[in-house]
Amino acid sequence: MSESVIEIIVAVLLIIGVSMILLSAIGLLRLPDIYTRSHGATKSATLGVLSTLVAVFIYFGALEGFYNVRVLLGIVFVFLTAPVAGHLCCRAAYRSGTPLAEESVQDDLKEILGDEEQRRNQRMDK
Amino acid sequence: MFEVIMIVALLVLSVSLMLCIARALMGPTLSDRIVALDSFGLNLIGFISIFMILQNTEAYAEVVLVLGILAFVGSVALAKFLERGVVIDRDSH
Repeated sequence: MSESVIEIIVAVLLIIGVSMILLSAIGLLRLPDIYTRSHGATKSATLGVLSTLVAVFIYFGALEGFYNVRVLLGIVFVFLTAPVAGHLCCRAAYRSGTPLAEESVQDDLKEILGDEEQRRNQRMDK
Repeated sequence: MFEVIMIVALLVLSVSLMLCIARALMGPTLSDRIVALDSFGLNLIGFISIFMILQNTEAYAEVVLVLGILAFVGSVALAKFLERGVVIDRDSH
């Protein structure tokens, strides 16, 4: 492939990734409570960083001729760990009794784990 | 053209880094700050990978890896601290 075609592919991937990251940061700032915020921040930021790293991988692989294994390792690592970290943060927030936003209409875990007061007291007992 | 796209991408990423810092500074609860710092680490990975293309070097690949690991371990440790009050459990239960 010629150089300009590769540059176009890389630029499109970069634009997709960067706009995803910007949208996730706006969501992190604008959404009302921690659960919706981490919904906005975790998934789309992961996708954005993944496509940015894929752009780097394609750029060096196609132009320099060898594929960088460390960037590939970074892609796999980010893909595996970023959703796990988001899930752990949400779980810790729910179990330590962080309140939901006032607009929330449903809380399925309330029957199992108790409401906020109970969860907060349970944590104190431990 | 290609360089212009890179620089615009860097500018947009700086804006989103600032938004993350704003949420980390004003977040009402501790878990908001944890999520914001985790997202900050992810954005830094994207930032540095764009620098790799812009400077045409592969020297920053390790930085990407180490930042990913640090962001993950930091969020897991803070989430565990928030849930149990300790980071390392002494007794098994």
